[in-house]
Amino acid sequence: MSEKMILIPGRSSKQGTSLNQGKLKEEYKEVTSTLEMNSDDMNKMGLVDGDTVRLSNETGETTVRCIGVKPEDLPAGIAFIPYGPPSSQLMASDTAGCGMPLSKHMEVEIEKIST
Amino acid sequence: MTENIKIVENATCTFCGCVCDDMILHVDMDEKRITKAKNACILGRAWFAEHTIEDAPAAMIDGKTVSIEEAIEEAAQTLMKAKFPITYGLSDTTCEAQRQAVAISDIIKGNIDTTTSVCHGPSGLAFQGVGESTSTLGEVKNRADLVIYWGGNPAESHPRHFGRYAVTPKGMFTPGGKKDRTIVLVDVRKTKSSPVADILIRPKPGKDFEVLWALRALVKGKKLSSDIEDRTGVPLETLKDLSERMKNCRFGVLFFGMGLTMTRGRHFNSGALLALATDLNEFTHFVAKPVRGHGNVTGADNVVSWQTGYPFGVNFSRGYPRFNPGEFTTVDTLANAHADAALIIASDPASNFPKKAIEHLKSIPVVVLDTKCTETSKDAHVAFRTSTYGINTSGTVYRMDDVPITLRPAFESPFPDDYTILTGIRKRVNELMLAKHYATGATGEKKVASMTPL
Repeated sequence: MSEKMILIPGRSSKQGTSLNQGKLKEEYKEVTSTLEMNSDDMNKMGLVDGDTVRLSNETGETTVRCIGVKPEDLPAGIAFIPYGPPSSQLMASDTAGCGMPLSKHMEVEIEKIST
Repeated sequence: MTENIKIVENATCTFCGCVCDDMILHVDMDEKRITKAKNACILGRAWFAEHTIEDAPAAMIDGKTVSIEEAIEEAAQTLMKAKFPITYGLSDTTCEAQRQAVAISDIIKGNIDTTTSVCHGPSGLAFQGVGESTSTLGEVKNRADLVIYWGGNPAESHPRHFGRYAVTPKGMFTPGGKKDRTIVLVDVRKTKSSPVADILIRPKPGKDFEVLWALRALVKGKKLSSDIEDRTGVPLETLKDLSERMKNCRFGVLFFGMGLTMTRGRHFNSGALLALATDLNEFTHFVAKPVRGHGNVTGADNVVSWQTGYPFGVNFSRGYPRFNPGEFTTVDTLANAHADAALIIASDPASNFPKKAIEHLKSIPVVVLDTKCTETSKDAHVAFRTSTYGINTSGTVYRMDDVPITLRPAFESPFPDDYTILTGIRKRVNELMLAKHYATGATGEKKVASMTPL
């Protein structure tokens, strides 16, 4: 089962502290590979915390672990990920003539691939 | 635990654009590490704790350790051979080093761009189109009674922004601190910043422009249909209330983040917010400030502006600076496969750029200066390990409100700083360019003289 959602990559405290250790270290890789989803959306898709999901769009795909967030904190249909190498795989390079790729608000397909 | 502890007072944290300059650092001079950073936030503590002296070569060519001189020579040769060399990064180094990078780009007739282009670059375009009603963070602290954060999560990205500058500090005309201010937060998500807000507004994703334009209409006294809620997710009453608060405050400020610049609309979103701030000055004093990410990204804007006339996305291929975002910005020079060599300074585009741009970056020779090994430096043709600004190196950085601050380093590093390496590359490419002109029978002293000041 897959769902279309809007992915918002952004900063988080853990991402900020772990990048100081080094971007090639395990903690940074783990932080930037953890997707926050509305817990109602997760229930609908049969997902539980820690499940692995594939995110894909026309640009590329990546595999991350998902965790639930209270529905009042993250609207249905929206997912958040601390930005890093996994989210870059989904970022299109078109900058609409201004230099900035659409780094937030990416339309992605989310699909459960294992538990 | 060593007895050899040095205390550095009024040191500066350069992790984020807040550039807090009230750090009290405890430095273990035997271990060469900072053991305590009083006044630092969670990000600052990690910044100071994790920037130690790592056991790594200062310079490498294709993964093999070489002398710094050999690496400078190879870097200069690599950049000189290229037809479209690009320079990128610069937001985590000193203004002095940034100035050398601009000079290199000028000499080699290359392209220079900073992380601004994938940060507040769209706001930079909006400033040119709309103008900027601005202030320092000190004025905000002392005067602002209405503080609006739009499209950002400072509690996690700039943790001391609330406590040091805009929400809780007691100022000259805000003696009660937070009691004297109304705090509004506009964001799609509920974040760790939300608890600080007196008013939390959550538009539908991608509807910031519409909300800002609706507020402009209300401020100007226009009537709006109640279906604005269906379009934006924000009730008309909420918008009316906010517009009245904005018109009637004593000193208002709009802080805005990547939620505006990185989403559909980009510079139109920033422009709408800047126009709203301008409109409000008919009624009261209102300013708008971008919340800047890296420690000296504001310095990069300033240095590139005063050296070339433009803030980012600048090309010297015709011998004079040209500004064209969408063409000379780094995502575009890479994704369009124009760049054939890259000088990357204190930045990691191989980690954070779009996939297509990363693929091209990995196919061209890259010279990297960084304090740590990154996705970009690990595959670089020439990689320099440099010391950390603000911890090992002095120099100048600009806070996000364009206030310059001098850094007080804590301890020495065995690695050279960015300024030293870039000065070496700048001198060498200048020599190579002069030699090229002589070799090709250029017109002698007059032509050479015009190049030497660099």
